[in-house]
Amino acid sequence: MGDPTPTTAELNVTSWSPGEDVIEVMRTPAPGPARATWRTFRETARGLMTTFGRLTEKGVTVQYPEEKTPVYPRFRGRHKLHRFEDTGLEKCVGCSLCAAACPADCIRVVAAENTPENRVSAGERYAAVYEINLSRCIFCGYCEIACPFDAITMGHDYELSDYDRSDLIFTKEMLLAEPLERTPLRNEGE
Amino acid sequence: MSTLAIVGFYEEWWIQILKAIVIFAVGLQLVPVVLLAERKLLGRFQARYGPNRVGPYGALQPLADILKLLTKEQFRPSTSIGFLFVLAPLISILTAVAAFAIIPFGNVQHIFGKEVGLYGIDVSIGPLYVFAFGGIAFYGIMLGGWSSGSKYSFLGAMRAAAQLISYEVSQGLALVGVIFTAQTLSLTGIVEAQKGMWYIVPQFFGFLIFLTASFAETNRAPFDLTEADAELVGGYNTEYGGGRFASYYFAEYLNVLVVSGIVTTVFLGGWLLPFGIHPPGFLDPIVVLFKMGLVTFLFIWVRATLPRLRYDQLMSFGWKILLPLATLNALVTAVLVVVTH
Repeated sequence: MGDPTPTTAELNVTSWSPGEDVIEVMRTPAPGPARATWRTFRETARGLMTTFGRLTEKGVTVQYPEEKTPVYPRFRGRHKLHRFEDTGLEKCVGCSLCAAACPADCIRVVAAENTPENRVSAGERYAAVYEINLSRCIFCGYCEIACPFDAITMGHDYELSDYDRSDLIFTKEMLLAEPLERTPLRNEGE
Repeated sequence: MSTLAIVGFYEEWWIQILKAIVIFAVGLQLVPVVLLAERKLLGRFQARYGPNRVGPYGALQPLADILKLLTKEQFRPSTSIGFLFVLAPLISILTAVAAFAIIPFGNVQHIFGKEVGLYGIDVSIGPLYVFAFGGIAFYGIMLGGWSSGSKYSFLGAMRAAAQLISYEVSQGLALVGVIFTAQTLSLTGIVEAQKGMWYIVPQFFGFLIFLTASFAETNRAPFDLTEADAELVGGYNTEYGGGRFASYYFAEYLNVLVVSGIVTTVFLGGWLLPFGIHPPGFLDPIVVLFKMGLVTFLFIWVRATLPRLRYDQLMSFGWKILLPLATLNALVTAVLVVVTH
């Protein structure tokens, strides 16, 4: 334990000095009536000119549904599941590491064995069910980090509203489908 | 029976009724224009666009607003006093329209062989008439706020009361200088007296004082304490919705137009143009409307610029600065008028 709290007498509050380098606050003298009037008028006129200058400028508002703010390449939007480009097999092997990493507990994976007749993924097993409940997802990107095969990544889509909660549970087919690129990507240096 | 006021120019009864309808219609059409102009201009002043979704360039926005308000449920709080709650917005709108009647849009014109004055009525007590209706308008706000039975409405109404009483004095006194110089109370007479020079030049301080007091009288920024959104939700009209709120809103903007009209008439030479230009008489209303537009633009510009005053600042400004200045202005003008005549 540290020292006991010093009492007021020990601190000697009355004669406490902030130190040599601390000077008193200095204020300009209060303006006289003439100066105050002048200052009021000048500052009002200056304010009026400032706002008037804005009239000639273009608005900075992004006209949203027509104009969209481009996102950065590392923007974490809606998830995507990936296939191998050469074989067309799914990268996901149904290991459920993403589901384990998910803090919001929104991923559900049910794995099944690949058979020679029905080969879905490159590994021994594949995800028979892969669902992400986007109404729970917090877009932290831990699933992307946890995935050993880069099978799941965060996409760029941020327009995810829907009329029904059940419509926000994305199935494997929806996540695998080539997403509509609804969101512009920010160019280098933009 | 003693005479209350003399009417400067008298027409037949049916012309008067026709004029009343025309002026009311013009006022009614101007309010949505001002509404839209305010929202668009406020947007531009703040580097945004303002409403631009309804109709081309958002031109139908006021229509959408009014439709929305009129289709709403007529709600009344259970603590309110029904009769007064309904009456209050009506008083507000009635007084605003009545005050609009004396703004002269032009002198007597020959239309289809008849002589018609381009104003509702030319009374010999012009500014007093406006102040009288301004005084009654204030019952609309007071009764509305009080009869709502809500503390925010009540606070807003109390503030409005104190503010309107304080600033009406300065507003009246600012006009006294003009009345001394013009030697008449008739608004058409005041315009005629400005043939040589508009009163904004000799009565510049009167103009500034009148304008400042008018901002307070119309409850607009920087004196919009009665509806300080952050503190009072909506002030005296907090409990109002639907058509009744629309009435209040309409009255507020019509009051802005009335004040613009008074400023135009009294200080900006009404329908007169500078440099001896005499347009044909039928252009007079357009000149007046243009000048009114300029004053309304000033109202919007100031609203976009100046922050709201604190309540004690409002009071001390009204009583300690504006009132002495207005009195001084009137006194100096009186002395000058006596000396030069």
